[in-house]
Amino acid sequence: MQSVRQSVVCTRGTGLASLWRYLLAGLGLAALLVGILAVVYLTAPRSAQPAGPDVARTKKSDNGLYMASFVPERGVVRQGELESWLLTLKTKTGASVERAAIAISGGMPQHNHGLPTSPQVTDYLGEGRYRVEGLKFTMSGWWQLRFAISSGAGSDTVLFNVVL
Amino acid sequence: MKRLFCFLALVVAVSLVGCGKPDFSDAEKKTIASLALSRLPALKPDTTNRFADVPAAAALGSTLFFDLGMSRDGTVSCSTCHKIDRQFQDDLPQAVGVGHTNRRTMPLAGVARDPWFFWDGRRDSLWAQALTPLENPLEQAGNRAAYAHYIKARFGERYERIFGPLPDFSDMPLNASPLGTDAEKAAWNAMSGAQRDAINGVFANIGKAIAAFERSIEPAPTRFDRFALDLATGAEPKGDAVFSKEEILGLKLFIGKANCVTCHDGPRFTDNGFHNTGVPPVAVLPLDRGRIDAVRQVEADPFNCLGAFRDGDAGACGELRFMVKDAPQLIRAYKTPSLRGAATRPPYMHAGQFSSLDEVVAHYAKAAPSVEGVSEVHPLELSDRERAALVAFLKTLAE
Repeated sequence: MQSVRQSVVCTRGTGLASLWRYLLAGLGLAALLVGILAVVYLTAPRSAQPAGPDVARTKKSDNGLYMASFVPERGVVRQGELESWLLTLKTKTGASVERAAIAISGGMPQHNHGLPTSPQVTDYLGEGRYRVEGLKFTMSGWWQLRFAISSGAGSDTVLFNVVL
Repeated sequence: MKRLFCFLALVVAVSLVGCGKPDFSDAEKKTIASLALSRLPALKPDTTNRFADVPAAAALGSTLFFDLGMSRDGTVSCSTCHKIDRQFQDDLPQAVGVGHTNRRTMPLAGVARDPWFFWDGRRDSLWAQALTPLENPLEQAGNRAAYAHYIKARFGERYERIFGPLPDFSDMPLNASPLGTDAEKAAWNAMSGAQRDAINGVFANIGKAIAAFERSIEPAPTRFDRFALDLATGAEPKGDAVFSKEEILGLKLFIGKANCVTCHDGPRFTDNGFHNTGVPPVAVLPLDRGRIDAVRQVEADPFNCLGAFRDGDAGACGELRFMVKDAPQLIRAYKTPSLRGAATRPPYMHAGQFSSLDEVVAHYAKAAPSVEGVSEVHPLELSDRERAALVAFLKTLAE
């Protein structure tokens, strides 16, 4: 509408036929502009991230000895704060894994650095559940947490991705 | 033809009006909102210092902060380097107290929110930090026995109203400390355990009073915060909340291509972590390896969170309990400083290595390798226009 109004202002004082010609040209150009913008908009890459790492909270360990799940104890992840998470370990047959020795490492693969804290298993809560304290995600991005697990069922590793 | 030009000019003008507003993606808007000061949570209680929010303790702390008597020769106070009219820093590449130190004075806005203190995090609480310059021979250069005697003589009544009765110091040496001169160390070693505990208790309370005062030093809203608030609410920015095209480009680079926000995140523009960013050492200063050497110091500090002078329970000691102790990433790693107010307080880095923000941006774009350990910074192609834009954006955090 604005284009049309402006073109009318531009052509004030000319004959009617001339006015319509310019108006038509104006509409044509406006339509072309809209068309170009539409193409640009529709073909522009989406702002969504490219396919990210697997962020499943439950997965099989690398050699299939355990089913592990890893969830924040309070349900939500809060960036920049010390948090505790729960690691639950079951055997292939679904039995709870008790008295496992668990070592934790990790970091940010895209930033070439390890974890800003040294999280540790501080408590066994029964039913294969272990409390992991001292986790801290200081920045947004892709984090990796690797657990080396050793118990009567054998030794295996499992990697969890956390994306903030 | 003339009319056609007139018309085309109008079409262009009309379409440009539509593009005049800053154009941010939803992800950019979310990041910008996360940096706004309005997102800063309320200051948490410090359970390790039960006087942290006691007004009388903060008042005594304020007195001590500015008191030149709190030094060996009566010439240096906390405020000598933490200048109240200069964002509580001193504009020098390295701080000068009784002697010349090897580190840049850190500003204090929002300091009570830090998990670690000093550039290398060699202390784990604000009150333990406040004690350290008091006994550093290059800073206030005193000793804890002398401070305890001084507090009793000068501020005894005020102290006792807050902290309870002072111990009897009459049979204790005037100068003694485990960190002092040989004579002071000998005097300290000659004291009984109970005497040392008495002195340490008063000394810890000095730190707790100063920390109570420092908790009131908080960052103030800036042009960036006004801009971010308008962007979040969709309001038309007015006055100084309007960003120039250069400032908008700088902001986009800061949260995008230049990756600054990776570490300088949240409302304080810091992740509170330690990073090796390849900042070169200063030739004339002693060897400085950053965080890797601070780990043992904070573990050995009797005033740390796991020590006897903490109030509350050890649940508050997670940072110390779960700290990284020996990873290679700690070599020449230094704390990410807040960028609020940074534009008006050169020089930059832990020993004032860079005299301007242009030099800082050039350093990060070049990403020179670290003299020891591995820098986390990757080289970045930035045009002159983009560098200037980043600096222009940083200035909006200091206006």
